[in-house]
Amino acid sequence: MNNITKKLLETVADMFGAPKGAYNIREDGQCAGRQSTEHIVIEPKKDKPGINIIIDSAAQGETVYIPACVTHSGVDDLVYNDFYVHKNADVVIVAGCGVHTDGEEDAQHNGIHRFFIEENARVKYMEKHIGIGEGTGNRIINPETYIEMAENSYMEMDTVQIEGVDSTKRTSAAVLQSGASLMIKEKIMTHGSQIAETNFVVDLNGEDSGANLISRSIAKEQSRQLFRSRINGNAHCHGHSECDAIIMDKGIVSAIPELTANHVDASLIHEAAIGKIAGEQITKLMTLGLTEEEAEEKIIEGFLK
Amino acid sequence: MLKLNNISFCADAEKEILKNINMTVENGRFLVITGPNGGGKSTLAKVIAGIETPSSGTILLDGKDITNESITARAKAGISFAFQQPVRFKGITVRDMIQMAAQQPLSDQQISSYLWSVGLCAKEYLDREVNAELSGGEMKRVEIAGVMAKQTKLAIFDEPEAGIDLWSFKNLIDIFQNMRERMDGSIIVISHQERILEIADEIMVLSGGEITVQGKRQEILPQLLKAEGDCQFCAKKERGCCE
Repeated sequence: MNNITKKLLETVADMFGAPKGAYNIREDGQCAGRQSTEHIVIEPKKDKPGINIIIDSAAQGETVYIPACVTHSGVDDLVYNDFYVHKNADVVIVAGCGVHTDGEEDAQHNGIHRFFIEENARVKYMEKHIGIGEGTGNRIINPETYIEMAENSYMEMDTVQIEGVDSTKRTSAAVLQSGASLMIKEKIMTHGSQIAETNFVVDLNGEDSGANLISRSIAKEQSRQLFRSRINGNAHCHGHSECDAIIMDKGIVSAIPELTANHVDASLIHEAAIGKIAGEQITKLMTLGLTEEEAEEKIIEGFLK
Repeated sequence: MLKLNNISFCADAEKEILKNINMTVENGRFLVITGPNGGGKSTLAKVIAGIETPSSGTILLDGKDITNESITARAKAGISFAFQQPVRFKGITVRDMIQMAAQQPLSDQQISSYLWSVGLCAKEYLDREVNAELSGGEMKRVEIAGVMAKQTKLAIFDEPEAGIDLWSFKNLIDIFQNMRERMDGSIIVISHQERILEIADEIMVLSGGEITVQGKRQEILPQLLKAEGDCQFCAKKERGCCE
């Protein structure tokens, strides 16, 4: 593992050295470290780049780390990771991706993650993305996430793009069976001429299934963001999506929600609010003694917390 | 001590909201500014806090001219301001808000004591965001707790009673009395409420952008509490016609 990877891992996965428990570290398309445990087995795929992560029912409260790093320009990494979460398992998955450029060529990571979550299993999935480096090539991260949730399973997905990613196209699709519950929280900050596109598609197929998609984003300078969410209510279910965005400078944010109720008992809601930081918010914090810049920072920090 | 000399404020070329205001608030005094809606009370409070800039005149705090100082500089100099409509923030908790107001690290116990004094059960509120999770009355109480946490020479409250329930209102009177006893500085409250007028040291009536009445509570309050049925602020025989 090189020093850039070590630095990226500290940021995207809070990893300082090899973690306890199961992990797989991917560096520039290669495995830089792997460990399985009694209840979490990680094995390489035979037909394409990537790994299978098999989490058995006895895994209770365990954490598995699956970060990926691209450490120099000219790397175009593509990986397929499949997570098989068995009945009743309860697991935390820390993914995360860091991309570093040092030259004119782009550095890119495309991570395709599929989750097969069995009955009553619980998954917390955390994913941070960051771009660093002095190179002029673009830092690109395109994550795709496909989720199949069986009866009464639960998944919480926290995804954060901190800074430095020039282009990202994030696709998440989920299919939920009866009683399954999905919570996705996305936080994105873009600046410069960065572009971020998010696409959520959720099919609520089972009775009493529910999904809650929450996106908070900040677009600074000339950056552009597009948020698309599509929730299909195909049974007695609850779906909610929310897009809150702050625009600054010449930032542009588009929110395109789509709700389709294919069942009379489907209850679907979308909320979207896009605008600059309210002047009264800045004023209020200034009356507490913060400068205008400090107030703005505090508001952004809170908004993305 | 706060001193305003010939303060005027124009919203535009044609509309003068404050006209030549002269006032002094000595340290340790409790001033209630009252008067009809649209009379310029909130604007005057904002001018003192630096949120609005006067068209003319000077503002002195403890002898120092702060007329051209920013909101931040005035806050650091010891002016605190509780908004009539507290501002909501996503992601900022009650704990963050009180901590920022105090401008120094506070323990949860210290923050809790401020929340208790405004009638909020601290454990339930510390981690709650100051956004739509809180009702208008709760927001108001957090706003007041923030002013209490700030070491202040001059605390300004813009209609603190607006939007709070009867229990909280009674509590509010106690809070002001406690503040008056505990703090070295002065308190300015903008209010229509008789109960608040009753605890003032001084009362000022602002109407049409001008000070129409100003003086000690003992002298002014009886004038305002004229025979039932009369307006408190003008000569008309209709109580509350100016509100």
